[in-house]
This record gives sequence, structure tokens and C-alpha cells, in this order.
Amino acid sequence: MNFDQELDARGLNCPLPILRSKKALTGMSSGQVLRVISTDPGSVKDFDAFAKQTGNELLKSSENNKEFEFYLKRK
Amino acid sequence: MGATPEIAVLDSLIAQRLDAILPQKIEQAMQEREQNRTPSMAVIATKGTLDWAYPPFILGSTAAALGWDVSIFFTFYGLNLLKKDISGLKVSPLGNPGMPMKMPFGPDWFKGINWNIPNLVQAGIPGFESFATTLMRKTIKNNGVAGIEELRSLCQEAEVKFIACQMTVELFGYSAEDFIAGVDYAGAASFLPVAQKADVSLFM
Repeated sequence: MNFDQELDARGLNCPLPILRSKKALTGMSSGQVLRVISTDPGSVKDFDAFAKQTGNELLKSSENNKEFEFYLKRK
Repeated sequence: MGATPEIAVLDSLIAQRLDAILPQKIEQAMQEREQNRTPSMAVIATKGTLDWAYPPFILGSTAAALGWDVSIFFTFYGLNLLKKDISGLKVSPLGNPGMPMKMPFGPDWFKGINWNIPNLVQAGIPGFESFATTLMRKTIKNNGVAGIEELRSLCQEAEVKFIACQMTVELFGYSAEDFIAGVDYAGAASFLPVAQKADVSLFM
């Protein structure tokens, strides 16, 4: 999947992945896609809730070898 | 001019029509309002130790990340959290029987031991508090959890409102210079209306 910006949130725990993502998204234009990589298992639910609450669409959420990958589209 | 039969019939027809269409319109208007309103949270922070510093800043920054309006009212020892230099926040092991005591260094089997040091020993030995604080900070860092200073700045960046209790500031002999910038000073009467409207009100 294409993305415009990437955020490496590996090794960071709640609530940092969400907070850093929010910061990154604020600096992006509407429609752009942010790719986030996280090692926090709690982040799966967090990103789902974040997308629902803020309207930044979660295009894809997947896990690969204990790493979680999220694609968020800036509202 | 009294109620003529025609007006009575008209009234009854109007009432029937309203009964039919109003519930749906009201439901629709309420749903729209619900969807468009911004959730809000009010937190009262009353403690100033390292372990109690986390809840207000984590909840505040996360709620703000979710787009909520957040206000945190700092009073009594909570004022500690607004000081310019908060690197000295300590964990108090006294009276915390629930605190897990595991060493954050060494081989895994060593890290797994729960030391369970009795309260009396913790209270009696000087320097224990500092020791416990150092271990707690290392554990936090090991786990990739944010430091308090970082969480606090994230809150401010996300426009979480920090309000210091004017009365306690005076009580403890503090002044605005002791605290970080960006803090409002107010009393309970100013804060309560905020809490009243908030969806979530927490006392910690």
C-alpha cells in the first residue's frame, strides 16, 4: 500500500504510538497516508478507536512477526 | 371569540400531524447533535508523586489525541506536577502494599523475583524512597513508556487546559514563577461548571 509518510513507533508503549501519530497527521495534508509501525500489542485496539474518534480512516491494520502495521488516511 | 368547532377540528388535526412527524425529527436532530459534539473530560489532580503523575497526563494526552476537549485542575500536591523542574518527582513506597517490586536490571530470572519488602523496612531505611524511585524510573524507561516531562509537553501541545488551584498556590506559598507557562489560575467555582458539562469527570 502506498503511503506519504512513515512513523517508526517501535519500542514505544501506550499512549506514545497514538500521540506521535496524531502529531504526524497534523502536519500532513488531507488525503495523505501515514504508515505506522508499532511493537505495542495494545496499539491495535488503540488505532481502531483513534480512527473512529478522529475520523482519520484506518485503511489497513496488520501484524507481521510481533510488529504491527497501520495505514491511516488523513481526514 | 371562543373556540369554534372549526378551530377545534384544526387543532386536533395539527396535533395528530405533529405527533406523527415530530418524534422522527427530534430523533434526527438529537443524533446529529450527538455526532457533531466534541467529547470532553475534566480531571482533578491532587497528588504529586511520580506514580500519581502518570494518570492525569496519560489520560489527558490520549483524550486530546482522540480530539476531546480536556481540562486538568491541579490542586494540593497536584501542583507539584506543574513545577518547572519535575525531574525530582518521587515514588512513595510507603503505604503502597500493591506496588510490585522487581529489579529492572540483571538476567531475566532475577528480574522475575518479587521482593516484597515490608512497609516497616521501607519507612525506616533512609534513602529507600530515592532507591525505589530510581528503580521505578528505570523500569519505566525499559518498557518504552514516556517520561513525565514528555507527557506534560505533549498535553500542552495538544492544547489540554492546565488550571492551577489559586487557593492552594497561595496556601503553599508558591507563585506563578514556580510553575511552567501556559497555566491558568482559578478556583473551584470556575472549574465546577467545566466539570458539569464534561462527559467524563475524574478525581485522582
